[in-house]
Amino acid sequence: MSSTFAPGAKTEEDNLLVKSPEKLAELESYIDSLPLSENPDRNRGFLIQSLHKAQEIFTYLPGCVQQYVADKLKLHRSEVYGVISFYSFFTDQPVGRHKINVCTGTACFVRGANKILDEFKRYLNIKEGETTPDGKFSLGALRCVGACSLAPVVMLNDKVYGNVTTKMVPEIINDCED
Amino acid sequence: MTINSAEALKEHVAKLKSAAAPETKILVSMGTCGIAAGTTPVLEAINKYIEEKNLQNAFEVVEVGCMGLCHSEPSIEVINTVSGNSIIYGDVSEVQVQAIIDAGADEIARGTKTVERTWYYPEKEENTTNAIQAKVVLKNSGRINPEVLDDYLVNDGYGALAKALCEMKPQEVVDEIIASGLRGRGGGGFPTGKKWQFAAAQKTDEKFMICNADEGDPGAFMDRAVLEGDPHSVLEAMAIGGYAVGAHTGVIYIRAEYPLAIKRLRIAIEQAEKAGLLGKNIFGSGFDFNIELKYGAGAFVCGEETALIHSIEGMRGEPTFKPPFPAVQGLWKKPTIVNNVETYANIGAIIRKGANWFKTIGTAGSPGTKVFALAGKINKVGLVEVPMGTKLKDMIYTLGDGIVDGKKFKAVQTGGPSGGCITASMIETEIDYESLKALGSMMGSGGMIVMDEDDCMVNVAKFFLEFTLDESCGKCTPCRIGNKRLFEMLEEICDGRGTMETLDKLKSLSMTIKDTALCGLGQTSPNPVLSTIKNFEDEYLAHINEQRCPAGVCTSLISYQINDKCVGCTLCARNCPVNCISGEKKQLHEIDQSKCIKCGVCFQACKFHAIDKI
Ligand SMILES: Cc1cc2nc3c(=O)[nH]c(=O)nc-3n(C[C@H](O)[C@H](O)[C@H](O)COP(=O)(O)O)c2cc1C
Ligand code: FES
Repeated sequence: MSSTFAPGAKTEEDNLLVKSPEKLAELESYIDSLPLSENPDRNRGFLIQSLHKAQEIFTYLPGCVQQYVADKLKLHRSEVYGVISFYSFFTDQPVGRHKINVCTGTACFVRGANKILDEFKRYLNIKEGETTPDGKFSLGALRCVGACSLAPVVMLNDKVYGNVTTKMVPEIINDCED
Repeated sequence: MTINSAEALKEHVAKLKSAAAPETKILVSMGTCGIAAGTTPVLEAINKYIEEKNLQNAFEVVEVGCMGLCHSEPSIEVINTVSGNSIIYGDVSEVQVQAIIDAGADEIARGTKTVERTWYYPEKEENTTNAIQAKVVLKNSGRINPEVLDDYLVNDGYGALAKALCEMKPQEVVDEIIASGLRGRGGGGFPTGKKWQFAAAQKTDEKFMICNADEGDPGAFMDRAVLEGDPHSVLEAMAIGGYAVGAHTGVIYIRAEYPLAIKRLRIAIEQAEKAGLLGKNIFGSGFDFNIELKYGAGAFVCGEETALIHSIEGMRGEPTFKPPFPAVQGLWKKPTIVNNVETYANIGAIIRKGANWFKTIGTAGSPGTKVFALAGKINKVGLVEVPMGTKLKDMIYTLGDGIVDGKKFKAVQTGGPSGGCITASMIETEIDYESLKALGSMMGSGGMIVMDEDDCMVNVAKFFLEFTLDESCGKCTPCRIGNKRLFEMLEEICDGRGTMETLDKLKSLSMTIKDTALCGLGQTSPNPVLSTIKNFEDEYLAHINEQRCPAGVCTSLISYQINDKCVGCTLCARNCPVNCISGEKKQLHEIDQSKCIKCGVCFQACKFHAIDKI
């Protein structure tokens, strides 16, 4: 994962914070609600949940958001980036409006998940982890969503599709309106 | 309402038991798989019908967690609370709801599918029906509404905590757990009581109880079922453990992929705090205990306890060398107990019924039960809880109802990416920690993936290696680079480029990684390779010597061809996603091999056996 590592730069992503003050305010009030002062040495224990919240609000974690969280928790930006790059749940790249995730857990694998994933790749003409140029779809793989009885499983945003066949791939994609 | 003493708990439970309730209960399975399979509209239909017919006084609808019947979701159970009669329905649709409610608990509704009950509850009854399953850990899951505290309380909930705090000394609790022989259900099988003893012996101002709810093994969902179906049982057990070892803070580390479990845990913690069952001076005993939630972020290695602790501390989830063990130096460098969800879910029953009772279930070396998630090519995918020592055969053929489409059973993978496979010849094995280890696999957390004749074992090994590659934290060289080389060698073999030398290298590098990797992830990552080589060497040899994939999976080694049984129905051509099949109607068709992506759709679509997989 590569990062736009430009501290304080006037990049487009910095505008994100300026353009959406209400989002920033939401993040701020979340972090402020954490019991941070109780034991300052242990503040970094709140980092991962703060990043979860930030990603929920901004859909991804651009440099400016990383910096913001770092400042709030009195951590170095590199420590925050280190965590983001380690955990697959976090991303510093913009994601598509619709997130397609093919489960490649063991149960889905033995029931043919790879063929489904290949079909999505072929159909959308992107690789796993990429977003279509129009920003509509991101394609990813997940390891088990806990619906193994319905294997192979595909998640479209929050919706679970079970017993997916390659034939259903275009149908699933067409379920997304814009 | 606050419950501030053991007596107050008893009184409250007595009041709940005597309160008037509708005669018939309808349990609706609202776990993750139930919801995914469409339980919500069924639930709505039930509520609507009851309201329309004004049946609120006759029926109580209870939204429950996973019943384990994932293969038949949406599933519901109708119980007559007076006679005890019960009927379980599977694959329920909205249109069946009226008939089911009209029939009640004493008669099977027409046009429905029922599911047989295959379990008993050792805490409450004798095993009179020779049930294979024994529900201790899952005794409440699928029976109670996990979001209603009273439902838990009326089923002995928090009774064990009351007993521990008010009637037992901390050391007595530790001794009871040691005597029970309970072993960690997170994979390692380390004696839980012994671990608690280590932490209890540490003299420090602060200790921690951690619940490992990271459940990283893909295809395993035991812990999720417990957390979604009976969250209070884990909270209660953590408080008991805290009392035993002298910890006042509990942390549940749960993977972010389990939103429903997170929600139910949050609700449960809030309820317990409000009722005084967590917090200060629990049951007036002077003991304080609080629980917080921490979330994973998609890293398998964080299931390893030292990595998990780093993750809670807000760092990269990299493991560190043991010793020091967490029980001596763990979270924020304080003595810390890390136990698995299922391990905790056993504690309440042990305290309530005693160690001797617990030892009557299971085997001498592995007392108690184990929850397994049966998945893969099996007819009845689901969650089962069996006494240790149950035969693999009973699980696969009786509980799992055999292999999909009557195909031949080939192997079952236990222990996930760290485990190995058990083959058809070992199907009589009585499962416990030792027997699985002896077979070159391991108990793991309880995932069981069943594979049939259509699965290529080299490809399966490659799959697990790919998983390890993704998940290796990169800290130690054997795991970071060694596994990459293993993966490449498996790729060579799957592509038909492997030689006998590749196979030898595969074995020797596997042994090296096992011996030299830093943490459990790397030390166990070659297991799927070694175990498939040991049990299915012939498949490796076929790939190497004959460039043939016996299961017909490895795409480089197969091609699809149309034979003269083709009647020209055009079905294959219409289904082909890349349009590489040509031919006139009623004429022999042909596959353009240069365009074919070997997806196998035509093979499955053809009704005339006119397509050969070569
Ligand atoms: C790579 C790796 C992954 C693990 N994943 C889990 C897991 O997902 N859940 C779990 O409970 N234990 C997991 N463990 C085992 C833990 O390190 C630890 O032994 C366990 O939580 C102890 O609890 P127990 O004694 O109750 O089993 C994992 C271990 C390794 C090496
Ligand atoms: S492995 Fe895909 S849902 Fe479990």
